[in-house]
Amino acid sequence: MAGFVSIHNLRKSFGAFEALRGISLDIAEGEVVCIIGPSGSGKSTLIRCINRLEDFAPESQISVAGIPVTTGRSLAAVRAEVGMVFQSFNLFPHLTVRRNVMLAPMRVRGVSTAEAAERADKLLTRVGISEQADKYPGTLSGGQQQRVAIARALAMEPKVMLFDEPTSALDPEMVGEVLDVMKSLAHTGVTMIVVTHEMGFARQVADRVIFMDAGEVVEIGAPAEIFANPQHDRTRHFLSAVLNH
Amino acid sequence: MDIFQTFFNIDVLVRTFPLLMQGLWVTVQLGLCAIIAGLALGLGLALVRIYGARPVRLIARIYIDVFRSIPLLVLLIIVYYALPFVGIRLSAFLSALSALTMVSAAYTAEIFRAGIEAIPKGQFEASGALGLSYRHMMVDVILPQAIKIVIPPLTNNSINVIKDTALASVVAMPDLLKQATQAQALAANPSPLIGAAIIYVAFLWPLVAWVSRLERRFGGGTR
Ligand SMILES: Nc1ncnc2c1ncn2[C@@H]1O[C@H](COP(=O)(O)OP(=O)(O)OP(=O)(O)O)[C@@H](O)[C@H]1O
Ligand SMILES: [Mg+2]
Repeated sequence: MAGFVSIHNLRKSFGAFEALRGISLDIAEGEVVCIIGPSGSGKSTLIRCINRLEDFAPESQISVAGIPVTTGRSLAAVRAEVGMVFQSFNLFPHLTVRRNVMLAPMRVRGVSTAEAAERADKLLTRVGISEQADKYPGTLSGGQQQRVAIARALAMEPKVMLFDEPTSALDPEMVGEVLDVMKSLAHTGVTMIVVTHEMGFARQVADRVIFMDAGEVVEIGAPAEIFANPQHDRTRHFLSAVLNH
Repeated sequence: MDIFQTFFNIDVLVRTFPLLMQGLWVTVQLGLCAIIAGLALGLGLALVRIYGARPVRLIARIYIDVFRSIPLLVLLIIVYYALPFVGIRLSAFLSALSALTMVSAAYTAEIFRAGIEAIPKGQFEASGALGLSYRHMMVDVILPQAIKIVIPPLTNNSINVIKDTALASVVAMPDLLKQATQAQALAANPSPLIGAAIIYVAFLWPLVAWVSRLERRFGGGTR
């Protein structure tokens, strides 16, 4: 039984260095999964393989909603279904906030300008920044920019959302507003895969937590189990380091 | 005869002015055509150089390096005087245009490449993650941002192209310089040459000043 997001024997090397050492993972539709682990453990690399921002070994297999993540047409289909939010926002600085959100639906899905604008305004309202629609991203705070980035990804109506440390570049007072948007998103049935250092968020929102270390999945479980009763030394060690800070 | 009568002979200047204007018109035509063709070819070369398959990428790189190394005058003389030996006989205008375009494209390609490579990796990744095709990524995201970076150096290159059109007078193009030398011979007075120099400066000075302003505005790598 393959998952909605299915990862089989995922291997990835940067030159001689093995960043991912054969990861297999099935994620159900609508599931919220948080990935935690020390720096350099391969968390970003793992989720970047799901929409093939990183190439991976030919023997590895990933599929999303039954579509294999390969190249060409099939990859375009996957990318249309998978939204991504980056640590550094990566908004398009030459476009207004509204245009940032409108671009992909118009170009990829062929949505009309009027409809794209209407959809963008709805999404911007949903993430709480409708008043900023005509501004340029550079004039917004970090927290506002990240919420625009979430709206931009949602505009494609993705079935899966990938988040790579979405709050790590934010000032502490702005972390909450972004996490709130993500929490409300978690209840909408979209599948979410979230790399995060926010243990509170993982505990509260995740269906499952994945602990990674040195390119491997060390432990998977419900947040209550992982946080209260980790099975592996490496998990215990990591958690005690981050939680006692 | 005093210096003023020799170099700034109003009488001669007035008489030869129409000739100089004809020359300026040829210079402008040649310059504009070469600039536009060089931009198009240069953008293509830059894209191939960055994203092409390995063999074509190598060809683009060799082209760019060769045409930045060869003196324009040498290239022009080869096109006009050597190519007829293999049956390729271009008019003076086309010879000058191709030589100017080939060299300008090489410089333009490097300018575009630097502009595209100055765009942060995250812009490409965000475009890819949204599912934009390569074409849409370039047209809607990358090039609009790169344009701002490349406008000052591209304007500089355009100024150089217009100045280099003067070399076309060696293949008998009736451009501004050629007309001026002919007028000088006719009038037995060098004032038309000075007149041509003044016209070149009057024509290009505003562009030069504009580039300086752009460079000050976009300078310091801010965006
Ligand atoms: N482009 C690259 N070239 C070479 N090595 C890389 C590259 N990207 C990642 N790596 C290496 O792969 C390993 C995993 O990196 P990755 O970014 O996935 O870690 P991470 O778990 O996301 O860490 P962090 O918490 O710091 O973001 C690291 O050792 C990193 O140095
Ligand atoms: Mg990371």
